[in-house]
Amino acid sequence: MDEKPIPLTQLPINKRGKIIGLDGGQGFQRRLRVMGIKEGQIIKIVTKQPFRGPLTIAVFGCQMTLGRGMADKITVEVI
Amino acid sequence: MGNPNVGKSVVFSRLTGANVIASNYPGTTVDFSKGKMRVERDTYEIIDAPGTYSLEPSNKAEEVALKMLGDADIVINVIDSTNLERNLYLTLELLEQNKPIVLVLNIWDETKHLGIHIDEKRLQQIIGVPVVTTVALSGEGIKNLVANIKNAKVNDKIKPTSEEGRWIEIGTIIKKVEVVEHRHHTLRDRISDLTIKPLSGIPIALGIIFISFWIVRLIGENLIIYVLDPLFDNYYLPLIEGLSEQIGPGTIHILLIGEYGVPIDKIESLGMLTTGLYIPIGVVLPYIIAFYFMLSLLEDTGYLPRLATLVDKVFHKLGMHGHGIVPVFLGLGCNVPGALSTRTLETRKQRFISATLLAICVPCMAQLAMVFGVLGKHGIFYIGIVFVTLTLLYIILGLILNRFIKGESPEIFLEIPSYRRPSFKATIKKTWMRIRWFLKEAIPFLFLGVLIINILYSIGILQFISNALQPIMTGIFGMPGDASIALITGFLRKDLAIGMLISLNMTPLQLVIAVTMLTVYFPCVATFAVLIKELGIKDMIKSAALMLGVATIVGFLLKLILLGV
Repeated sequence: MDEKPIPLTQLPINKRGKIIGLDGGQGFQRRLRVMGIKEGQIIKIVTKQPFRGPLTIAVFGCQMTLGRGMADKITVEVI
Repeated sequence: MGNPNVGKSVVFSRLTGANVIASNYPGTTVDFSKGKMRVERDTYEIIDAPGTYSLEPSNKAEEVALKMLGDADIVINVIDSTNLERNLYLTLELLEQNKPIVLVLNIWDETKHLGIHIDEKRLQQIIGVPVVTTVALSGEGIKNLVANIKNAKVNDKIKPTSEEGRWIEIGTIIKKVEVVEHRHHTLRDRISDLTIKPLSGIPIALGIIFISFWIVRLIGENLIIYVLDPLFDNYYLPLIEGLSEQIGPGTIHILLIGEYGVPIDKIESLGMLTTGLYIPIGVVLPYIIAFYFMLSLLEDTGYLPRLATLVDKVFHKLGMHGHGIVPVFLGLGCNVPGALSTRTLETRKQRFISATLLAICVPCMAQLAMVFGVLGKHGIFYIGIVFVTLTLLYIILGLILNRFIKGESPEIFLEIPSYRRPSFKATIKKTWMRIRWFLKEAIPFLFLGVLIINILYSIGILQFISNALQPIMTGIFGMPGDASIALITGFLRKDLAIGMLISLNMTPLQLVIAVTMLTVYFPCVATFAVLIKELGIKDMIKSAALMLGVATIVGFLLKLILLGV
C-alpha cells in the first residue's frame, strides 16, 4: 500500500484516496468542509479535464467539479 | 431551506400551488418566492429560499437564503435523501438556530433504487424534530408534511458546536440511521461518466447543442408555416381588413392598424393590432415555445452542470468559470432570467463580465426571431455571419475584460447532480409557465412601442433624428439614415425593429450590419432595468459604455469587411 501524501490533482482517475490535509485560506477551507471535503474523507477522481481544466470528484454519493488550483490544496493518500 | 438542488422549489410548488421554475441543477432559484398555504383555519406564508450549503454564504444567492432565515418563524429544511450525510451539515447548523424545524427527506424514491436504507423514525428521535419523507415531484408525502408543520419544534437535543464537532455528530447519526448496500455501476452512471469525460463528453456536447438548435428551428418554423401563418392569413387578416373599413382613415386607424389605403401587412404596417400582435405571437412565440421546451429538457435531466465542467477551461480564459454557460443558455431565451442567473457567480468581476457579455453577445429569442425574420429569406449564409460575429465577439471581449477588470475569478466549484428522467408533465408545465411570462412581458411592450413610434412619427421627431444621424449612419456603418430609427425602437423591444428594417429595402449585407448592431448595442429596457439592479448603477454605466463602444466598432468593422468601403 502506497501511503505517500500527494496533491489531489495527482491522484489517478478511478483510484480512491483519503484526504489528509487542506491548505489555503480560512474561507476556502470552510467552503470545502461544509460540503464534506475534509480530513479523513474518502474521495475518488471521476475525470480530469485536459489543459489543467477542472477535476470531477466523487464524495459521499455525489459528484462535484472543482478547479485544479483548489484540488492542488487538497492532500490525499492513495488507499 | 436546504442545499442546492434538493427540490426545495418543487416542495414549495406542492405546498402553495404557486408556480416556480424548478430544474435539475444547483442554483435555479436565485431569489426567494412567497406563497400562501391554508391548513384548516390557519394561513401560512411559505418562502422558497435559494439553496445553500451552510449558514456562511459564499455567493449572492446564498446571502439571500440567510436573510430569509432571519425572518422565518418555522423552517422547513428540505434535504436530498440520497445524500444524507452532506445535507445534514446544514441541518445541524439550522438546528442550532433555536427555530422550530421540520425536516423533509425528499427524493425518497431514489433511495430504494440506490440501495440506501434510512431509518427516518430513528433520525427523528435523535434530532428531536419531526422528520417526513417525500417525493415532491410526484406529490408523495406532501400531505404528511402539511400535517406535520404545526408539530415543528425547536430542537433540544443538538448543542451548538464547531464545524468539526458537527461532522463528528453527523458521523454518529449516520451510523445509527443509514445503511448503504453495495451496488454495481448502472446505465445511468455510465451515461454520466461518458458525458463528463472530455474525450467522449465534448463530441456529445457539440452533438446535443447542434441537435437542440436544429429541433428548436424545426419546431419553430413548422409552427409558423403550418399553424400561425394560416391562422393569421385566413382568419385574422380578413377581420382586420373589415375593421379597417369600419374605422376609416384617421389617427385611430394609424395607431391600431397602420396607414389607411395601403394593403395591410402583418409585419410592416406598424399598428397595435397588426405589427403589435403579429410580431410577438406570429414570429417570436413559435421559437419561444420550441426553445423553452428544449431548455426544460436539458435542465431537468441534469445535463447543464456537466456542460459547465466541459467548458470551464474556456470560460476561465474569459474571466468566468464553467457556470458562466448557464446565463448564456437562459439568456438565449430571454436576457432577463439570464441576467438574474449571474448571481450564482461568486465575484463582482465574474458577474460584471458575464452580464456585460450576455447583454452584448447573447441574442434572446426576440432578437433571434429578428435575425431569422430579416435575413431568413436571403439565406443561411447571412445568418451565419451574424452568429459567427457574435461568438467571436463573446470570446474576444471576454479575453479583454478578463485582462482589464480588476478582481478575482475563482475556480469552478459545482455539484454534479445525478441524471433524472424529466417528467413530461413537469416539462410541459414549465414551458407553459415561461410562455405565459413571455406573453405578459412582450405584448404590452410591443403595444407601447408601436404607440410611441407612431406619436414620435406624427410630431416629426423620428424624421429629425434620422436626418441628424444620417451622416453617421451612412459614413460609419454604411446604412441609410432611417436605420437609426430601427436602432432606437430596438431599445424598447428588439423584435419591433423587424418591420422597420424590412421596409428600408437594404441589401442583405447592410441588413447583416443592422441586425448585428441591433443585437449588440443595448439590451432591451427590461433587461436594462434588471442589470441596473444586479450590477449597481456605477458598473452599469461602465457596462453600457462598453455596449455602445463595441457596437460602434463592430458596425464600422463589419462595414469595412462586408461592404469593402
